[in-house]
Amino acid sequence: MTRGATSGRIEARFASLREIGRAAFIPFIMAADPDYKTTLEILKGLPGAGADIIEIGVMYSDPMADGPAIQAAGLRAKTGGARVTKTLDMVRDFRKEDDTTPIILMGYYNPIYIYGVQTFLADACEAGVDGLIVVDLPPEEDTELCIPALEAGMHFIRLATPTTDDKRIPAVLANTSGFVYYVAVAGITGTKSADKSAIHTAVKHLKRHTDLPVAVGFGIKTPAQVAEIGKIADAAVVGSALVDIIEANLDDNGNAKAGLVNKALEFVAELSKGLQSSEKVLLK
Amino acid sequence: MRIIPLMNTPNTYRTGPDEFGHFGIFGGRYVAETLMPLILEVERAYDAAKADPSFQAELDQFLAQYVGRPSPLYFAERLTEYFGGAKIYFKRDELNHTGAHKINNCMGQILLARRMGKKRIIAETGAGQHGVATATVCARFGLECVVYMGATDIERQAPNVFRMKLLGAKVVPVTSGTATLKDAMNDALRDWVSNVNDTYYLIGTVAGPHPYPTMVRDFQAVIGSEAREQILAAEGRLPDSLVACIGGGSNAMGLFHPFLDDTQIRIIGVEAAGHGIESGKHAASLTGGKPGVLHGNRTYLLQDDDGQILDAHSISAGLDYPGIGPEHSWLNDSGRVEYVSVRDDEALEMFQLCSSLEGIIPALEPSHALAHIKKIAADLPAEHLMIMNMCGRGDKDVFTVADALGVKL
Repeated sequence: MTRGATSGRIEARFASLREIGRAAFIPFIMAADPDYKTTLEILKGLPGAGADIIEIGVMYSDPMADGPAIQAAGLRAKTGGARVTKTLDMVRDFRKEDDTTPIILMGYYNPIYIYGVQTFLADACEAGVDGLIVVDLPPEEDTELCIPALEAGMHFIRLATPTTDDKRIPAVLANTSGFVYYVAVAGITGTKSADKSAIHTAVKHLKRHTDLPVAVGFGIKTPAQVAEIGKIADAAVVGSALVDIIEANLDDNGNAKAGLVNKALEFVAELSKGLQSSEKVLLK
Repeated sequence: MRIIPLMNTPNTYRTGPDEFGHFGIFGGRYVAETLMPLILEVERAYDAAKADPSFQAELDQFLAQYVGRPSPLYFAERLTEYFGGAKIYFKRDELNHTGAHKINNCMGQILLARRMGKKRIIAETGAGQHGVATATVCARFGLECVVYMGATDIERQAPNVFRMKLLGAKVVPVTSGTATLKDAMNDALRDWVSNVNDTYYLIGTVAGPHPYPTMVRDFQAVIGSEAREQILAAEGRLPDSLVACIGGGSNAMGLFHPFLDDTQIRIIGVEAAGHGIESGKHAASLTGGKPGVLHGNRTYLLQDDDGQILDAHSISAGLDYPGIGPEHSWLNDSGRVEYVSVRDDEALEMFQLCSSLEGIIPALEPSHALAHIKKIAADLPAEHLMIMNMCGRGDKDVFTVADALGVKL
């Protein structure tokens, strides 16, 4: 496999954060929750609110690794007209104003498979997507999308989990690029939280096997938790808690109430603030 | 030396899958990383069990004494006369303990879970037959049992819900997504991801990530192996055709697999066409779907052009699934097995006909197979031997059927 040239945005972002000694903050929002107009507004405001990298959820009818919050976001996105083509259009719109903040699409394989892997990769690269997180593609299925993605210059960010044992770590890391996403709990999104020391041990363990940055997600909900993760990992991901803010600011018909975008961005600002002051523990 | 190119027709249809769980392009292991080590553990444990004669001996004993195997192969004389063509045999898997073929697989997997030291069993169920069979074996071996069932299905299958509770299972209503079988499977997978240490996921059909499609097939293949011996004993030769209904496809796979390499035998799988394929309200993944990835494997799925999975519809809750086992998808594409579909109303008619002619109330699922037999039997000669899998009894369906016929109970 020959890896294609990437956009370089993810590498540049981690490099500049490394210089100032701070971890990255990565918020997750579901595309079209509750509609594309609102998602795009939030998206445009996220870098200013402290997002270093942005994860955009690609709706799938059967999200087997997601808890109630993101499942509900997916159903709202379905009503909001979510489609892969429209999500790529939204990224294009975002890129007109921001050419530096990395964008990662997160979801499941089937919508990409049905779109057509090669067409999808070409369209996603052109739209300005920097990386993919595809939950249901373990290393055993690398030939499906991971290898073609790397060849196309698209980062393929793999999940490592508490069940990833020593035997699997090399396979999990082999074709990972951009960064590694450590799933802090054996569970689904937005439910239980792991204790800090267990995460610390796991991140240190991963660091022994890779030079890539390690992000931590699943069960991170508060500014304090984000700050804690910022001390022991290279990035903190918050999804369900932010999606909950969106849900709380919908009217009875499921439409965005006035002020939803600001509420979401204020929450992101609050979450990311913890990282500005937190000194990173030496990881190596 | 020149290497002889592979021919398009395989020498055997029975060696699949490959070591990665692929049947051609179908099958595979499309699951979250959290589950991967667990699935590999199940695969290792199953391989070890298969190689251990004491495992098969234990399974055989329970199948004989607890399940009631072998099930008879019965000449359906009056139905044969009525159709006036092929000689029709029923493989009577509706006579098994719990009233369907589901327990064959549950007994195999529960013995495996015990070998693996698992204490907590989870399962998904649609109509409740697999849930009841799982709850039954859990009761027998004193294991905790949690069954995920769509809220919609819980309403329409109240007797089976009560049965599971009597057997000591906890039935969890699934309200996510469309609150049906596919969502029950999603929630069971979410449970497994969250309880990785003590839990075993007992999948009820020939779907899911490798090794499930293979393992469930192997446990169900007892149906076909028995039928083969029984027809040889009764007729002195192999049958000319096999017919079985297909939701996920475990009863059909179980009957078909031991006969796949007897290529002179015509094999027919019958999907549920619901209100008719053209209505869009059906459960015929092969006839009306296309390949995609769901629940850990690639297979034919009912889906839209954005890759979103669509709702299935069938009067038979056991066939109401938007996918099909990956091996069926492969057998379809390779042309070895013919797949057809019949509508709700055609199945309902046969439900009544079989009851009154044979004194056997069939489940709505095999009523679909009967409805296809009705279409072809008359044109076949009297010496044509046909075996249909009577995979479940219809007691569970009397409320649904009464409702469909406008009868108030």
